[in-house]
Amino acid sequence: MYTYEGMLAETLTMAGHNGDLIEAYLARPLGMIQVPGVVVIHHMPGWDEWSKEVTRKLAYHGYAAICPHLFSRWGPGRWDDLAAAARAAGGPPDAQVMGDIAAAAQLLRTQPWANGKVGVIGFCSGGRHAYIAACRVPGLDAAVDCWGGRVVVRPEELNERQPEAPIAMTKDMACPLLGIFGNEDTNPDPAQVDRIEEELRKYGKQYEFYRYDGAGHGFFAVDRPSYRPQQAVDGWQKVLAFFERYLRTGAAGSSR
Amino acid sequence: MCTMICKTAAVQGQGKGQAGWIALTHVHVAYDHPVQAPFEHALMLDFVNEAAGPEARLVVELSPEAARALLRTIEEVLVAAEAQSSVGAPAGAGER
Repeated sequence: MYTYEGMLAETLTMAGHNGDLIEAYLARPLGMIQVPGVVVIHHMPGWDEWSKEVTRKLAYHGYAAICPHLFSRWGPGRWDDLAAAARAAGGPPDAQVMGDIAAAAQLLRTQPWANGKVGVIGFCSGGRHAYIAACRVPGLDAAVDCWGGRVVVRPEELNERQPEAPIAMTKDMACPLLGIFGNEDTNPDPAQVDRIEEELRKYGKQYEFYRYDGAGHGFFAVDRPSYRPQQAVDGWQKVLAFFERYLRTGAAGSSR
Repeated sequence: MCTMICKTAAVQGQGKGQAGWIALTHVHVAYDHPVQAPFEHALMLDFVNEAAGPEARLVVELSPEAARALLRTIEEVLVAAEAQSSVGAPAGAGER
């Protein structure tokens, strides 16, 4: 007897922040109901092939995953061209990104195959966005920050698009947080990760941090020289166990 | 890390990309994660025509060593050209 495995993966248009129509990539397992959802937050290089691979990986593991294209508003155009335009403009405003994440989460939550629980995972700049979403987007059930930089920032680094330091939002964190970091990373460096942990402990937030030796920034990215297979395999196990606990088996985070 | 280091200069010139020749208005110079080059970070030169949409661009992603070599070579060529009195004062260029 064989086990059936099927997946639907497609681009779609969704209403994001302020009702703006943006692109998104959705992947979900076929033949399943009561499926938990995950919003995948792409990194600054853009809505790239790897971000879509991550979205499909989550579907392979039984999650409906959606990756909204945070740079859609610079389009229409190819994702790499829009990423260049976004970079030149200083990136999208945090408030807009939070609106897009909230809309993507609601899209997942309201599907007939959904179990109603939704988490987020973000990488690099998306890790920072995941941290902020855990504090600012209502109704999330779990958040995963993979090496998000600029969670700890100096006041002079704040600007109109990024007006508030994510670490200053920690008291408002409303769901469990998983953090994955490389000890050779320079942003966040280990001292910054210590500082984030200190803040999470101060406010009694529910979190798990895993910090890997022999890894720097972006060590899950199979298409970059930063890829560290041993650490990445372990890290993905931690991510999937975390989502399993808070999105599928019904465990509730105590931070809420 | 995403460095978010990006500066822009106005330029005059033409460049040839996927859509043929375009008039260039600006160059974005960034040091951040590249899209294609096999480096963790790259020096990216993104020549654009801002009025023609996001796809009107020519991009290169260089290692820092290659970028410095390019910088030296451009300077050497301009010095050689100046020696032949064929290069005037820069016009219409400036950082923003």
